[in-house]
Amino acid sequence: MDKFTVLTAIAAPLPEENIDTDKIIPARFLKTTKRSGLGVHAFDGMRYRPDGTENPDFVLNREPYRKAEILITYDNLGCGSSREHAPWALLDFGIRCVIAPSFADIFNNNCFKNGILPIALPREVCTELMDDARQGANSRLTVDLARQVIIRPDGREVPFDVDPLRRQLLLEGLDDIGQTLQHEKAITTFEQRRAQAQPWIPHIVLD
Amino acid sequence: MAPRTLFDKIWDSHVVETLPDSTAILYIDRHLVHEVTSPQAFEGLRLSGRRLRHPDATIAVVDHNVPTSDRTQPIEEADSRNQIETLERNVKEFGVPYFPLLSARQGIVHVVGPEQGISLPGMTIVCGDSHTSTHGALGALAFGIGTSEVEHVMATQTILQKPAKNMKVVVEGQVGPGVTAKDIMLAIIGHIGTAGGTGHVIEFAGSAIRELDMAGRMTICNMSIEAGARAGLVAPDETTFEYVRGRPFAPKGEAFDAAVAYWKTLASDEGAHYDRVVELRAEDITPVLTWGTSPETVIPVTGNVADPASEADPSRRAQMQRMLDYMGLEAGQKIAGTPVDVVFIGSCTNSRIEDLRAAASIAAGRRVAHGVRAMIVPGSGIVKAQAEEEGLDKVFVEAGFEWREAGCSMCLGMNPDRLTPGQRCASTSNRNFEGRQGPGGRTHLLSPAMAAAAAVTGTLTDVRELI
Ligand code: SF4
Repeated sequence: MDKFTVLTAIAAPLPEENIDTDKIIPARFLKTTKRSGLGVHAFDGMRYRPDGTENPDFVLNREPYRKAEILITYDNLGCGSSREHAPWALLDFGIRCVIAPSFADIFNNNCFKNGILPIALPREVCTELMDDARQGANSRLTVDLARQVIIRPDGREVPFDVDPLRRQLLLEGLDDIGQTLQHEKAITTFEQRRAQAQPWIPHIVLD
Repeated sequence: MAPRTLFDKIWDSHVVETLPDSTAILYIDRHLVHEVTSPQAFEGLRLSGRRLRHPDATIAVVDHNVPTSDRTQPIEEADSRNQIETLERNVKEFGVPYFPLLSARQGIVHVVGPEQGISLPGMTIVCGDSHTSTHGALGALAFGIGTSEVEHVMATQTILQKPAKNMKVVVEGQVGPGVTAKDIMLAIIGHIGTAGGTGHVIEFAGSAIRELDMAGRMTICNMSIEAGARAGLVAPDETTFEYVRGRPFAPKGEAFDAAVAYWKTLASDEGAHYDRVVELRAEDITPVLTWGTSPETVIPVTGNVADPASEADPSRRAQMQRMLDYMGLEAGQKIAGTPVDVVFIGSCTNSRIEDLRAAASIAAGRRVAHGVRAMIVPGSGIVKAQAEEEGLDKVFVEAGFEWREAGCSMCLGMNPDRLTPGQRCASTSNRNFEGRQGPGGRTHLLSPAMAAAAAVTGTLTDVRELI
């Protein structure tokens, strides 16, 4: 997982509530074998017209937001199905940070697991940040995770909260696996003890 | 030390370390892998440059996507073929032992593990599939995990988990004729509901459980998930040890004796604490089936489907009516005599040799009713071969059943075996959700013997009339 320290990037405003994971990635794309490559299908139903062409009105189809790395929405982002494909699709599109008044629980977890920082802020603040985002290419937001602030284009700062353990994992670029592997010595010791206590446990080896 | 349950003992012996918020790093003895939930996990390893820590504790099979017809033909559905081919590339790259489609050992992952002696008592076992609870029948702690966790296990041979609560379900007494493990488990689910086991690991105990063979215990533990539990367990005993003895990957000779000595220490201690205890009398259990689209809608085959008018809560009443409409049933109608279109005998719940014998004993000398499609899908190539050796295939084929290759088949609509809208199916599988066996399909869950009875009479039937 990539580290998340300071992100200065274009933010895309998507002023909607209850954007569910079916909207983020429709079910028909789940029979895939990849975590990557889902970016082209992110927001499929909003992003493309029935004939498959791009919907020019959708924010992520417009410049400069095609290169957005921050997404700002209204309440309850990521509700519905628990599919991990939703953060996979966002990440593959290039989104590293999502800002909303609230997030669905599982989606929130799945974001952290995949290196995306979800920031919950009051609705009025989200509205202000959306206004910033509408100023175009020169109007970037900076998210500084170590200091826990968003720096607006005019230099004003917006502080935010984040779970300390998860903050640490993101700063160090550790996923759950990376975190567990910090205990690798304990795992190895456990394996040695187990091999002595239960030497009969078979290894699966095919002839 | 305070008295401990079977779950406590397995848990304690696998904790590598406990993190500050009581999450344990839990060591995993066996990781079972199949084609649907593994591709992104393998890809994750590749992208992060991590190795798969213990290929020698991992086994891969293909089951969900595979057709159960002629195996020498290429797989027609492109998505399915791709998932299977991807698994084959991954197991090669990461050195994972694998039973390919054309191997006699191929089959449903939860049939293959115990059958091969890969799943053993006292172990922790995981798989990216909720019915991993099946392996709990051996006295192993076994649960389903998500794709991120699959990758976590591959990389670390551990998972992160908080301890579950202990629940005991006791079934004392002797079941009557025609009542099988499936009926016992459906009766339990009907009794405690699909959320009855939430947050708990259920230990099944009592004389009616101890009397069951391993196949029956697997049926019980398999559906712990439908009771909402994290896992199901049966304490290992002589039946377990005899089952394990001589299996290809089980310990042999002195090693086996040492293992048995250890396994004997696992049973719950006298006075161990359970957060919840539920008791049922075996004599009260009759052949049962489900009428609705939730596994808790269990009624005796001699009974009537629910009547929403008798339900006071409006949202429940509405939900009941929705189920009746979807299932094409009338409120309060007798369930016996309802015509079926399809009979499916298979799935990780009921596709072992014992299940096929039970079905064959009803099918023998009878004919599948006119207009009914009846399929037998053995749980593995080994089960299939054994059945053929016993001549069960002939019994089935002569009676007009289809005799198919091993796989998940019509348990879920992911391979070519699917119901068409409106078709009614008597099924030995474990989920009766809307569309589970194919869009618009109507599923009645029941035992293999009851399924065979439905096949030969063409209707949902009390199997006791045929024995
Ligand atoms: S048989 Fe059904 S429940 Fe069992 S593993 Fe296959 S799809 Fe899942």
